[in-house]
Amino acid sequence: MSGVLVVLEYRSQSGTSAWNRMSWEALAAGQELAALTGQPLLAAAIGSEPEPPAAEAAQRRLARVYAVKHDLLTPYTADGFTIALEQFIRSVQPAYVLFAHTYQVRDFAPRLAARLEETLIADVVGLHADGTQPVFVRQLLQGRLNADYRHTGHGPCFLSTQAGAFRPETVPSGSCEVEVFRPQLDKTEIRSSPGERFRLSERGVDLTSASLIVSVGRGIKEKDNLPVVEELAQALGAELAASRPICDNGWLPMERQVGSSGQSVSPKVYIAVGISGAIQHLVGMKGSKAVVAINKDENAPIFEVADYGIVGDLFAVVPALTAAVRKVRGIA
Amino acid sequence: MKIIVAVKQVPLRDSGIHIDASGKWLDEQDLSFEINEPDAYALEAALLLKEQHGGEVIVLCAGPERAAQTIRETLAKGADRAIHIEGDLVRLDTLSLARLLATAVSGENADLILTGLQSDDLGLGQTGVVMAEMLGIPHASIVMEVEKIYGHIRVKRELEDGWFQWVEMPLPALLTIQSGISKLRYATLMGIKKAKTKEIRRVDAASFGNASPPAVSLDRVYLPQKKKETRMIAGSPTEAAAALADVLKFEVRVI
Repeated sequence: MSGVLVVLEYRSQSGTSAWNRMSWEALAAGQELAALTGQPLLAAAIGSEPEPPAAEAAQRRLARVYAVKHDLLTPYTADGFTIALEQFIRSVQPAYVLFAHTYQVRDFAPRLAARLEETLIADVVGLHADGTQPVFVRQLLQGRLNADYRHTGHGPCFLSTQAGAFRPETVPSGSCEVEVFRPQLDKTEIRSSPGERFRLSERGVDLTSASLIVSVGRGIKEKDNLPVVEELAQALGAELAASRPICDNGWLPMERQVGSSGQSVSPKVYIAVGISGAIQHLVGMKGSKAVVAINKDENAPIFEVADYGIVGDLFAVVPALTAAVRKVRGIA
Repeated sequence: MKIIVAVKQVPLRDSGIHIDASGKWLDEQDLSFEINEPDAYALEAALLLKEQHGGEVIVLCAGPERAAQTIRETLAKGADRAIHIEGDLVRLDTLSLARLLATAVSGENADLILTGLQSDDLGLGQTGVVMAEMLGIPHASIVMEVEKIYGHIRVKRELEDGWFQWVEMPLPALLTIQSGISKLRYATLMGIKKAKTKEIRRVDAASFGNASPPAVSLDRVYLPQKKKETRMIAGSPTEAAAALADVLKFEVRVI
Protein backbone atom coordinates (compact mmCIF):
# COMPACT_ATOMS: atom_id res chain seq x y z
CA MET A 1 0.00 0.00 0.00
CA SER A 2 1.28 3.40 -0.86
CA GLY A 3 0.00 6.83 -1.69
CA VAL A 4 -2.15 9.52 -0.10
CA LEU A 5 -5.45 9.56 -1.98
CA VAL A 6 -7.71 12.61 -1.67
CA VAL A 7 -11.31 12.11 -2.84
CA LEU A 8 -12.56 15.45 -4.15
CA GLU A 9 -16.23 16.45 -4.08
CA TYR A 10 -18.12 18.31 -6.79
CA ARG A 11 -21.58 18.51 -8.27
CA SER A 12 -22.30 18.67 -11.98
CA GLN A 13 -24.37 21.74 -12.71
CA SER A 14 -25.53 22.41 -16.26
CA GLY A 15 -22.31 21.25 -17.87
CA THR A 16 -19.88 22.73 -15.36
CA SER A 17 -18.60 21.24 -12.14
CA ALA A 18 -19.25 23.07 -8.91
CA TRP A 19 -16.51 22.13 -6.47
CA ASN A 20 -17.12 21.76 -2.81
CA ARG A 21 -14.41 24.21 -1.73
CA MET A 22 -13.60 22.06 1.30
CA SER A 23 -12.10 19.58 -1.18
CA TRP A 24 -9.07 21.87 -1.57
CA GLU A 25 -8.60 21.95 2.18
CA ALA A 26 -8.58 18.14 2.19
CA LEU A 27 -6.05 18.25 -0.65
CA ALA A 28 -3.85 20.60 1.40
CA ALA A 29 -4.04 18.15 4.31
CA GLY A 30 -3.19 15.35 1.88
CA GLN A 31 -0.15 17.28 0.74
CA GLU A 32 0.99 17.72 4.33
CA LEU A 33 0.50 14.00 4.97
CA ALA A 34 2.27 13.03 1.73
CA ALA A 35 5.29 15.14 2.76
CA LEU A 36 5.30 13.67 6.26
CA THR A 37 5.13 10.05 5.09
CA GLY A 38 7.14 10.47 1.89
CA GLN A 39 4.32 9.07 -0.24
CA PRO A 40 2.89 10.24 -3.58
CA LEU A 41 -0.20 12.49 -3.55
CA LEU A 42 -3.17 11.19 -5.55
CA ALA A 43 -6.63 12.63 -6.14
CA ALA A 44 -9.92 11.27 -7.44
CA ALA A 45 -13.16 12.71 -8.80
CA ILE A 46 -16.21 10.45 -8.84
CA GLY A 47 -19.45 10.60 -10.85
CA SER A 48 -21.06 9.85 -14.20
CA GLU A 49 -18.89 12.42 -16.03
CA PRO A 50 -15.85 12.84 -13.79
CA GLU A 51 -13.33 13.61 -16.54
CA PRO A 52 -13.74 17.42 -16.66
CA PRO A 53 -13.31 17.94 -12.89
CA ALA A 54 -10.50 15.36 -12.87
CA ALA A 55 -8.72 17.27 -15.63
CA GLU A 56 -9.15 20.48 -13.65
CA ALA A 57 -7.68 18.84 -10.55
CA ALA A 58 -4.78 17.52 -12.63
CA GLN A 59 -3.50 21.08 -13.11
CA ARG A 60 -1.71 20.70 -9.80
CA ARG A 61 1.49 18.99 -8.79
CA LEU A 62 0.03 15.56 -8.05
CA ALA A 63 1.32 12.09 -8.84
CA ARG A 64 -1.92 11.08 -10.53
CA VAL A 65 -5.61 11.95 -10.74
CA TYR A 66 -8.30 9.30 -11.15
CA ALA A 67 -11.74 9.70 -12.68
CA VAL A 68 -14.02 7.09 -11.09
CA LYS A 69 -16.75 6.79 -13.69
CA HIS A 70 -20.16 5.10 -13.82
CA ASP A 71 -23.60 6.29 -14.93
CA LEU A 72 -25.07 5.23 -11.59
CA LEU A 73 -22.75 7.56 -9.64
CA THR A 74 -24.82 10.65 -10.47
CA PRO A 75 -26.87 11.55 -8.52
CA TYR A 76 -25.02 10.69 -5.34
CA THR A 77 -26.18 7.68 -3.32
CA ALA A 78 -24.42 6.15 -0.31
CA ASP A 79 -24.69 2.67 -1.84
CA GLY A 80 -23.28 3.73 -5.21
CA PHE A 81 -20.34 5.65 -3.75
CA THR A 82 -19.55 2.92 -1.21
CA ILE A 83 -19.49 0.13 -3.79
CA ALA A 84 -17.56 2.12 -6.41
CA LEU A 85 -14.97 3.50 -3.99
CA GLU A 86 -14.47 0.12 -2.33
CA GLN A 87 -13.49 -1.38 -5.71
CA PHE A 88 -11.38 1.65 -6.55
CA ILE A 89 -9.48 1.63 -3.25
CA ARG A 90 -8.90 -2.12 -3.40
CA SER A 91 -7.44 -1.60 -6.86
CA VAL A 92 -5.23 1.44 -6.16
CA GLN A 93 -4.32 0.37 -2.59
CA PRO A 94 -3.47 3.75 -1.11
CA ALA A 95 -2.09 3.91 2.44
CA TYR A 96 -4.31 6.92 3.29
CA VAL A 97 -7.70 8.01 1.99
CA LEU A 98 -8.71 11.60 2.76
CA PHE A 99 -12.03 13.36 2.40
CA ALA A 100 -13.35 16.75 3.41
CA HIS A 101 -15.82 16.29 6.29
CA THR A 102 -18.83 17.36 4.21
CA TYR A 103 -22.43 16.22 4.72
CA GLN A 104 -22.00 13.84 1.77
CA VAL A 105 -18.83 12.31 3.19
CA ARG A 106 -20.48 11.93 6.60
CA ASP A 107 -23.15 9.92 4.76
CA PHE A 108 -21.01 7.30 3.02
CA ALA A 109 -17.39 7.37 4.27
CA PRO A 110 -18.05 5.56 7.59
CA ARG A 111 -19.75 2.77 5.63
CA LEU A 112 -16.91 2.59 3.09
CA ALA A 113 -14.27 2.41 5.83
CA ALA A 114 -16.20 -0.34 7.64
CA ARG A 115 -16.35 -2.36 4.43
CA LEU A 116 -12.55 -2.38 4.47
CA GLU A 117 -12.48 -3.28 8.19
CA GLU A 118 -11.40 0.24 9.06
CA THR A 119 -12.72 3.15 11.14
CA LEU A 120 -12.85 6.66 9.70
CA ILE A 121 -10.92 9.20 11.78
CA ALA A 122 -13.51 11.90 11.24
CA ASP A 123 -13.32 15.70 11.42
CA VAL A 124 -9.53 15.96 11.78
CA VAL A 125 -8.24 19.46 12.64
CA GLY A 126 -4.49 18.87 12.44
CA LEU A 127 -1.71 16.36 12.04
CA HIS A 128 1.79 16.00 13.37
CA ALA A 129 4.57 13.47 13.17
CA ASP A 130 5.71 10.98 15.75
CA GLY A 131 8.85 9.77 14.01
CA THR A 132 7.54 8.70 10.63
CA GLN A 133 4.09 7.88 12.00
CA PRO A 134 1.41 10.53 11.60
CA VAL A 135 -0.76 11.49 14.57
CA PHE A 136 -4.17 13.01 13.87
CA VAL A 137 -5.79 15.65 16.05
CA ARG A 138 -9.57 15.65 16.61
CA GLN A 139 -11.78 17.72 18.87
CA LEU A 140 -13.93 16.09 21.53
CA LEU A 141 -16.78 17.48 23.65
CA GLN A 142 -17.78 20.01 20.99
CA GLY A 143 -14.32 21.53 20.80
CA ARG A 144 -13.57 21.73 24.52
CA LEU A 145 -10.97 18.97 24.42
CA ASN A 146 -8.41 17.80 21.85
CA ALA A 147 -7.41 14.21 21.22
CA ASP A 148 -4.52 12.56 19.37
CA TYR A 149 -5.51 9.57 17.25
CA ARG A 150 -3.32 7.03 15.54
CA HIS A 151 -4.13 4.49 12.86
CA THR A 152 -3.51 0.92 14.03
CA GLY A 153 -5.43 -1.05 11.37
CA HIS A 154 -3.90 -3.08 8.57
CA GLY A 155 -5.88 -1.55 5.70
CA PRO A 156 -5.84 2.02 4.42
CA CYS A 157 -6.24 4.80 6.98
CA PHE A 158 -9.46 6.78 6.36
CA LEU A 159 -9.58 10.44 7.38
CA SER A 160 -11.86 13.43 6.94
CA THR A 161 -10.79 17.03 7.50
CA GLN A 162 -12.78 19.68 9.33
CA ALA A 163 -14.00 22.76 7.46
CA GLY A 164 -11.43 25.56 7.77
CA ALA A 165 -8.78 23.46 9.53
CA PHE A 166 -6.34 23.30 6.60
CA ARG A 167 -5.39 26.14 4.30
CA PRO A 168 -6.53 25.44 0.74
CA GLU A 169 -4.53 26.15 -2.41
CA THR A 170 -1.13 25.33 -1.06
CA VAL A 171 -0.67 22.68 -3.75
CA PRO A 172 1.56 24.16 -6.46
CA SER A 173 0.36 24.06 -10.05
CA GLY A 174 1.66 21.41 -12.41
CA SER A 175 0.19 18.76 -14.59
CA CYS A 176 -0.37 15.05 -14.22
CA GLU A 177 -2.01 12.12 -15.90
CA VAL A 178 -5.72 11.37 -15.52
CA GLU A 179 -6.66 7.71 -15.35
CA VAL A 180 -10.25 6.51 -15.69
CA PHE A 181 -11.44 3.79 -13.32
CA ARG A 182 -14.72 2.03 -14.18
CA PRO A 183 -16.29 0.23 -11.22
CA GLN A 184 -18.79 -2.62 -11.59
CA LEU A 185 -22.13 -1.34 -10.40
CA ASP A 186 -25.67 -2.61 -10.91
CA LYS A 187 -28.79 -0.54 -10.28
CA THR A 188 -30.25 -3.28 -8.03
CA GLU A 189 -27.37 -2.58 -5.62
CA ILE A 190 -28.55 0.98 -5.06
CA ARG A 191 -31.34 0.77 -2.54
CA SER A 192 -32.25 4.41 -2.04
CA SER A 193 -33.76 6.82 -4.55
CA PRO A 194 -32.77 10.44 -4.01
CA GLY A 195 -35.02 13.35 -5.01
CA GLU A 196 -34.02 16.78 -6.27
CA ARG A 197 -32.18 19.12 -3.93
CA PHE A 198 -34.30 22.04 -2.75
CA ARG A 199 -34.29 25.05 -0.47
CA LEU A 200 -37.26 25.63 1.81
CA SER A 201 -37.80 29.25 0.87
CA GLU A 202 -35.90 32.23 -0.33
CA ARG A 203 -34.23 33.81 2.63
CA GLY A 204 -35.98 36.86 3.95
CA VAL A 205 -33.02 37.83 6.07
CA ASP A 206 -29.59 38.17 4.52
CA LEU A 207 -27.09 38.03 7.34
CA THR A 208 -24.19 37.63 4.92
CA SER A 209 -24.02 41.35 4.21
CA ALA A 210 -24.59 42.53 7.79
CA SER A 211 -21.68 44.50 9.20
CA LEU A 212 -22.68 44.08 12.82
CA ILE A 213 -24.24 40.94 14.28
CA VAL A 214 -25.41 40.08 17.78
CA SER A 215 -25.80 36.32 17.97
CA VAL A 216 -27.46 34.38 20.75
CA GLY A 217 -27.07 30.78 21.94
CA ARG A 218 -28.24 28.31 24.53
CA GLY A 219 -27.06 30.56 27.35
CA ILE A 220 -30.21 32.67 26.93
CA LYS A 221 -32.07 29.73 28.54
CA GLU A 222 -35.60 30.59 27.40
CA LYS A 223 -37.51 32.45 24.75
CA ASP A 224 -38.83 35.03 27.19
CA ASN A 225 -35.25 36.18 27.78
CA LEU A 226 -34.67 37.14 24.14
CA PRO A 227 -35.45 40.86 24.68
CA VAL A 228 -32.12 41.06 26.56
CA VAL A 229 -30.20 40.50 23.30
CA GLU A 230 -32.79 42.17 21.06
CA GLU A 231 -32.27 45.40 22.95
CA LEU A 232 -28.50 45.16 22.53
CA ALA A 233 -28.91 44.52 18.79
CA GLN A 234 -31.22 47.50 18.55
CA ALA A 235 -28.87 49.80 20.47
CA LEU A 236 -26.01 48.78 18.17
CA GLY A 237 -28.05 48.81 14.99
CA ALA A 238 -27.03 45.18 14.53
CA GLU A 239 -28.75 42.19 12.96
CA LEU A 240 -29.86 39.49 15.39
CA ALA A 241 -28.64 35.96 14.69
CA ALA A 242 -28.57 32.69 16.60
CA SER A 243 -26.93 29.31 16.96
CA ARG A 244 -28.82 26.23 15.89
CA PRO A 245 -30.55 25.21 19.15
CA ILE A 246 -32.29 28.59 19.36
CA CYS A 247 -33.78 28.13 15.87
CA ASP A 248 -34.53 24.43 16.49
CA ASN A 249 -36.62 25.51 19.47
CA GLY A 250 -38.47 27.96 17.27
CA TRP A 251 -37.40 30.92 19.39
CA LEU A 252 -36.01 32.67 16.31
CA PRO A 253 -36.72 31.83 12.66
CA MET A 254 -34.35 29.42 10.87
CA GLU A 255 -33.27 32.21 8.53
CA ARG A 256 -31.41 33.79 11.43
CA GLN A 257 -29.27 30.71 12.02
CA VAL A 258 -25.50 30.99 11.62
CA GLY A 259 -23.46 27.83 11.08
CA SER A 260 -22.86 24.90 8.76
CA SER A 261 -26.56 24.33 8.21
CA GLY A 262 -27.41 28.05 8.23
CA GLN A 263 -25.73 31.17 6.90
CA SER A 264 -22.02 31.96 6.77
CA VAL A 265 -21.38 35.51 7.86
CA SER A 266 -18.41 37.88 7.85
CA PRO A 267 -19.40 41.06 9.69
CA LYS A 268 -17.00 43.67 11.06
CA VAL A 269 -18.01 42.58 14.54
CA TYR A 270 -19.75 39.42 15.67
CA ILE A 271 -20.93 39.48 19.26
CA ALA A 272 -21.57 35.95 20.50
CA VAL A 273 -23.80 35.92 23.56
CA GLY A 274 -24.17 32.66 25.48
CA ILE A 275 -22.80 30.66 22.55
CA SER A 276 -20.38 27.90 23.54
CA GLY A 277 -18.91 27.66 20.05
CA ALA A 278 -19.52 24.16 18.68
CA ILE A 279 -17.68 23.69 15.41
CA GLN A 280 -20.95 23.67 13.44
CA HIS A 281 -21.44 27.24 14.61
CA LEU A 282 -17.82 28.37 14.29
CA VAL A 283 -17.60 27.46 10.59
CA GLY A 284 -20.40 29.94 9.95
CA MET A 285 -18.79 32.93 11.69
CA LYS A 286 -15.02 32.39 11.48
CA GLY A 287 -14.85 34.97 8.70
CA SER A 288 -15.84 37.80 11.05
CA LYS A 289 -13.27 40.63 11.30
CA ALA A 290 -13.62 40.82 15.05
CA VAL A 291 -15.35 38.45 17.45
CA VAL A 292 -16.61 39.36 20.90
CA ALA A 293 -17.65 36.53 23.20
CA ILE A 294 -19.74 36.83 26.34
CA ASN A 295 -20.02 33.51 28.15
CA LYS A 296 -20.13 32.22 31.70
CA ASP A 297 -17.81 29.28 30.91
CA GLU A 298 -14.21 30.42 30.54
CA ASN A 299 -13.39 27.12 28.79
CA ALA A 300 -16.06 27.59 26.12
CA PRO A 301 -14.49 27.07 22.66
CA ILE A 302 -15.96 30.38 21.48
CA PHE A 303 -13.07 32.07 23.32
CA GLU A 304 -10.68 30.23 20.96
CA VAL A 305 -11.86 32.44 18.11
CA ALA A 306 -12.70 35.56 20.12
CA ASP A 307 -10.69 38.78 19.91
CA TYR A 308 -12.40 40.17 22.99
CA GLY A 309 -13.97 38.17 25.77
CA ILE A 310 -16.00 38.73 28.88
CA VAL A 311 -16.46 35.80 31.25
CA GLY A 312 -19.65 36.44 33.12
CA ASP A 313 -23.40 36.10 33.46
CA LEU A 314 -24.94 37.36 30.26
CA PHE A 315 -28.02 38.54 32.14
CA ALA A 316 -25.81 41.02 34.00
CA VAL A 317 -23.29 41.85 31.26
CA VAL A 318 -25.60 42.31 28.27
CA PRO A 319 -28.01 44.87 29.82
CA ALA A 320 -24.95 46.77 31.08
CA LEU A 321 -23.46 46.68 27.59
CA THR A 322 -26.73 47.88 26.08
CA ALA A 323 -26.72 50.82 28.48
CA ALA A 324 -23.04 51.56 27.78
CA VAL A 325 -23.59 51.47 24.00
CA ARG A 326 -26.60 53.76 24.30
CA LYS A 327 -24.49 56.15 26.35
CA VAL A 328 -21.62 56.15 23.83
CA ARG A 329 -24.03 56.65 20.95
CA GLY A 330 -25.94 59.32 22.83
CA ILE A 331 -29.23 57.42 22.75
CA ALA A 332 -31.45 58.04 25.74
CA MET B 1 -43.69 -1.02 13.21
CA LYS B 2 -40.81 -2.26 15.34
CA ILE B 3 -38.31 0.53 15.94
CA ILE B 4 -34.97 0.33 17.68
CA VAL B 5 -33.41 3.54 18.99
CA ALA B 6 -29.70 3.46 19.78
CA VAL B 7 -28.81 6.01 22.47
CA LYS B 8 -25.62 6.98 24.22
CA GLN B 9 -24.99 8.46 27.63
CA VAL B 10 -22.56 11.38 27.47
CA PRO B 11 -21.10 13.92 29.93
CA LEU B 12 -23.43 16.80 30.71
CA ARG B 13 -22.79 19.83 28.54
CA ASP B 14 -20.72 22.48 30.36
CA SER B 15 -19.41 19.97 32.89
CA GLY B 16 -15.95 20.72 34.23
CA ILE B 17 -13.13 19.00 32.37
CA HIS B 18 -10.56 17.06 34.36
CA ILE B 19 -8.32 14.67 32.51
CA ASP B 20 -7.79 11.31 34.23
CA ALA B 21 -4.47 9.75 35.26
CA SER B 22 -4.16 7.73 32.06
CA GLY B 23 -4.31 10.98 30.05
CA LYS B 24 -6.71 9.26 27.67
CA TRP B 25 -10.10 10.25 29.01
CA LEU B 26 -11.89 12.41 31.56
CA ASP B 27 -11.94 11.77 35.25
CA GLU B 28 -15.53 10.61 35.58
CA GLN B 29 -15.73 11.24 39.31
CA ASP B 30 -16.68 14.87 38.83
CA LEU B 31 -18.96 14.28 35.87
CA SER B 32 -22.70 14.06 35.54
CA PHE B 33 -24.22 12.35 32.53
CA GLU B 34 -27.22 12.78 30.28
CA ILE B 35 -28.63 11.34 27.09
CA ASN B 36 -26.74 12.44 23.97
CA GLU B 37 -28.90 15.24 22.56
CA PRO B 38 -29.28 13.99 18.96
CA ASP B 39 -30.24 10.58 20.39
CA ALA B 40 -33.01 12.24 22.40
CA TYR B 41 -34.39 13.52 19.08
CA ALA B 42 -34.06 10.02 17.58
CA LEU B 43 -36.14 8.70 20.47
CA GLU B 44 -38.70 11.44 19.91
CA ALA B 45 -38.94 10.56 16.21
CA ALA B 46 -39.44 6.88 17.12
CA LEU B 47 -42.18 7.67 19.64
CA LEU B 48 -43.99 9.85 17.07
CA LEU B 49 -43.82 7.07 14.46
CA LYS B 50 -45.21 4.59 16.99
CA GLU B 51 -48.08 6.96 17.77
CA GLN B 52 -48.91 7.17 14.05
CA HIS B 53 -48.37 3.58 12.98
CA GLY B 54 -48.44 1.49 16.17
CA GLY B 55 -45.76 -1.00 17.09
CA GLU B 56 -42.94 -1.10 19.56
CA VAL B 57 -39.99 1.13 20.49
CA ILE B 58 -36.92 -0.63 21.85
CA VAL B 59 -34.02 1.36 23.27
CA LEU B 60 -30.51 0.05 22.72
CA CYS B 61 -27.66 1.43 24.79
CA ALA B 62 -24.03 0.36 25.20
CA GLY B 63 -22.30 1.70 28.27
CA PRO B 64 -21.29 1.06 31.86
CA GLU B 65 -23.72 0.57 34.71
CA ARG B 66 -24.40 4.31 35.05
CA ALA B 67 -26.09 4.26 31.61
CA ALA B 68 -29.04 2.49 33.27
CA GLN B 69 -30.24 5.91 34.46
CA THR B 70 -30.44 7.22 30.90
CA ILE B 71 -32.20 4.02 29.80
CA ARG B 72 -34.83 4.42 32.54
CA GLU B 73 -35.48 7.98 31.36
CA THR B 74 -36.16 6.75 27.81
CA LEU B 75 -38.58 4.14 29.19
CA ALA B 76 -40.31 6.85 31.21
CA LYS B 77 -40.76 8.89 28.03
CA GLY B 78 -42.53 6.00 26.36
CA ALA B 79 -40.09 3.40 25.01
CA ASP B 80 -41.46 -0.10 25.56
CA ARG B 81 -38.34 -1.99 26.59
CA ALA B 82 -34.56 -1.73 26.45
CA ILE B 83 -31.38 -3.65 25.76
CA HIS B 84 -28.35 -2.56 27.79
CA ILE B 85 -24.95 -3.79 26.57
CA GLU B 86 -22.74 -3.52 29.63
CA GLY B 87 -19.00 -3.59 29.72
CA ASP B 88 -15.80 -1.65 29.42
CA LEU B 89 -16.38 -0.13 26.01
CA VAL B 90 -14.12 2.92 26.14
CA ARG B 91 -11.29 1.27 24.23
CA LEU B 92 -13.47 0.02 21.39
CA ASP B 93 -13.29 1.80 18.05
CA THR B 94 -16.42 2.58 16.05
CA LEU B 95 -16.16 -0.61 14.04
CA SER B 96 -16.14 -2.89 17.09
CA LEU B 97 -18.82 -0.90 18.89
CA ALA B 98 -21.13 -0.87 15.86
CA ARG B 99 -20.58 -4.61 15.53
CA LEU B 100 -21.64 -5.11 19.17
CA LEU B 101 -24.75 -2.99 18.65
CA ALA B 102 -25.65 -4.79 15.43
CA THR B 103 -25.18 -8.23 16.98
CA ALA B 104 -27.32 -7.30 19.98
CA VAL B 105 -30.31 -6.39 17.78
CA SER B 106 -29.91 -8.82 14.89
CA GLY B 107 -32.49 -11.20 16.39
CA GLU B 108 -35.08 -8.44 16.75
CA ASN B 109 -35.78 -8.06 13.02
CA ALA B 110 -36.73 -4.41 13.48
CA ASP B 111 -38.27 -2.38 10.64
CA LEU B 112 -36.37 0.74 11.49
CA ILE B 113 -33.31 1.67 13.52
CA LEU B 114 -32.86 5.29 14.59
CA THR B 115 -29.98 7.01 16.31
CA GLY B 116 -28.61 10.54 16.67
CA LEU B 117 -26.33 11.82 13.92
CA GLN B 118 -23.36 12.09 16.27
CA SER B 119 -22.38 11.97 19.91
CA ASP B 120 -21.70 15.13 21.86
CA ASP B 121 -18.57 13.61 23.44
CA LEU B 122 -16.56 11.81 20.72
CA GLY B 123 -18.38 13.41 17.80
CA LEU B 124 -17.21 10.90 15.19
CA GLY B 125 -20.72 10.79 13.72
CA GLN B 126 -20.54 7.32 12.28
CA THR B 127 -21.79 4.66 14.69
CA GLY B 128 -25.24 4.58 13.07
CA VAL B 129 -23.96 4.43 9.51
CA VAL B 130 -21.48 1.66 10.35
CA MET B 131 -24.21 -0.25 12.19
CA ALA B 132 -26.30 -0.18 8.99
CA GLU B 133 -23.32 -1.65 7.14
CA MET B 134 -22.97 -4.41 9.75
CA LEU B 135 -26.67 -5.26 9.40
CA GLY B 136 -26.55 -5.03 5.61
CA ILE B 137 -29.42 -2.52 5.48
CA PRO B 138 -29.68 0.87 3.72
CA HIS B 139 -29.31 4.08 5.66
CA ALA B 140 -29.84 7.82 5.41
CA SER B 141 -27.97 10.33 7.55
CA ILE B 142 -28.75 13.78 8.97
CA VAL B 143 -32.50 13.21 8.71
CA MET B 144 -35.03 15.97 9.50
CA GLU B 145 -38.36 14.26 8.73
CA VAL B 146 -39.54 10.66 8.41
CA GLU B 147 -42.65 9.50 6.55
CA LYS B 148 -43.63 5.85 6.41
CA ILE B 149 -45.23 4.68 3.20
CA TYR B 150 -46.27 1.06 2.73
CA GLY B 151 -43.11 -1.10 2.91
CA HIS B 152 -40.70 1.80 2.62
CA ILE B 153 -39.86 5.20 4.02
CA ARG B 154 -39.35 8.68 2.70
CA VAL B 155 -36.96 10.92 4.63
CA LYS B 156 -35.91 14.54 4.38
CA ARG B 157 -32.13 14.83 4.57
CA GLU B 158 -30.38 18.05 5.49
CA LEU B 159 -27.60 19.08 3.11
CA GLU B 160 -25.23 22.00 3.51
CA ASP B 161 -26.11 25.72 3.32
CA GLY B 162 -29.85 25.35 3.85
CA TRP B 163 -30.44 22.73 1.12
CA PHE B 164 -32.56 19.62 1.62
CA GLN B 165 -33.42 16.46 -0.25
CA TRP B 166 -36.09 13.76 0.01
CA VAL B 167 -34.79 10.20 -0.23
CA GLU B 168 -36.84 6.99 -0.41
CA MET B 169 -35.66 3.57 0.63
CA PRO B 170 -37.06 0.16 1.52
CA LEU B 171 -37.41 -1.14 5.07
CA PRO B 172 -35.62 -2.26 7.13
CA ALA B 173 -33.40 0.81 7.18
CA LEU B 174 -31.30 2.86 9.58
CA LEU B 175 -31.60 6.63 9.96
CA THR B 176 -29.36 9.05 11.81
CA ILE B 177 -31.48 11.89 13.16
CA GLN B 178 -30.59 15.58 13.30
CA SER B 179 -31.32 17.60 16.44
CA GLY B 180 -34.42 19.75 16.29
CA ILE B 181 -36.52 17.31 14.23
CA SER B 182 -39.42 18.01 16.61
CA LYS B 183 -39.99 19.22 20.15
CA LEU B 184 -38.82 16.83 22.84
CA ARG B 185 -41.43 15.49 25.24
CA TYR B 186 -41.03 15.29 28.99
CA ALA B 187 -41.64 12.12 30.96
CA THR B 188 -45.00 12.18 32.75
CA LEU B 189 -45.42 10.96 36.32
CA MET B 190 -47.40 8.03 34.94
CA GLY B 191 -44.57 7.33 32.49
CA ILE B 192 -41.99 7.33 35.28
CA LYS B 193 -44.16 4.93 37.27
CA LYS B 194 -44.73 2.61 34.33
CA ALA B 195 -41.02 2.59 33.44
CA LYS B 196 -40.27 0.66 36.62
CA THR B 197 -42.11 -2.39 35.28
CA LYS B 198 -40.59 -2.30 31.80
CA GLU B 199 -38.01 -4.85 30.73
CA ILE B 200 -34.32 -3.94 30.52
CA ARG B 201 -32.42 -6.87 29.04
CA ARG B 202 -28.80 -6.72 30.20
CA VAL B 203 -26.19 -8.20 27.91
CA ASP B 204 -22.55 -8.58 28.88
CA ALA B 205 -20.35 -7.15 26.10
CA ALA B 206 -17.83 -9.91 26.83
CA SER B 207 -20.43 -12.54 25.86
CA PHE B 208 -20.05 -11.43 22.24
CA GLY B 209 -16.49 -12.77 22.20
CA ASN B 210 -13.29 -10.84 21.82
CA ALA B 211 -13.42 -7.65 19.81
CA SER B 212 -10.97 -7.45 16.94
CA PRO B 213 -7.97 -5.17 17.56
CA PRO B 214 -8.97 -1.53 17.03
CA ALA B 215 -8.23 0.09 13.67
CA VAL B 216 -7.66 3.43 15.37
CA SER B 217 -6.48 4.29 18.85
CA LEU B 218 -6.87 7.38 20.99
CA ASP B 219 -3.41 8.18 22.37
CA ARG B 220 -4.14 11.09 24.67
CA VAL B 221 -6.51 13.94 25.37
CA TYR B 222 -5.51 17.48 26.29
CA LEU B 223 -6.89 20.98 26.50
CA PRO B 224 -6.65 22.86 23.20
CA GLN B 225 -3.92 25.46 22.98
CA LYS B 226 -5.15 28.89 22.17
CA LYS B 227 -4.08 30.03 18.73
CA LYS B 228 -5.62 33.42 18.94
CA GLU B 229 -4.79 36.21 21.34
CA THR B 230 -8.02 37.00 23.16
CA ARG B 231 -8.19 40.15 25.21
CA MET B 232 -10.21 39.24 28.26
CA ILE B 233 -12.07 42.16 29.73
CA ALA B 234 -12.34 41.87 33.49
CA GLY B 235 -14.25 43.81 36.11
CA SER B 236 -17.84 44.00 37.29
CA PRO B 237 -20.52 43.64 34.60
CA THR B 238 -20.87 47.41 34.41
CA GLU B 239 -17.11 48.02 34.20
CA ALA B 240 -16.57 45.26 31.64
CA ALA B 241 -19.52 46.50 29.56
CA ALA B 242 -18.21 50.07 29.58
CA ALA B 243 -14.72 48.88 28.56
CA LEU B 244 -16.22 46.79 25.75
CA ALA B 245 -18.31 49.74 24.52
CA ASP B 246 -15.06 51.73 24.34
CA VAL B 247 -13.46 48.93 22.29
CA LEU B 248 -16.42 48.95 19.90
CA LYS B 249 -16.12 52.71 19.49
CA PHE B 250 -12.38 53.32 19.43
CA GLU B 251 -10.75 50.06 18.35
CA VAL B 252 -13.10 48.28 15.97
CA ARG B 253 -15.00 51.52 15.32
CA VAL B 254 -18.46 50.23 14.68
CA ILE B 255 -20.44 52.59 16.91
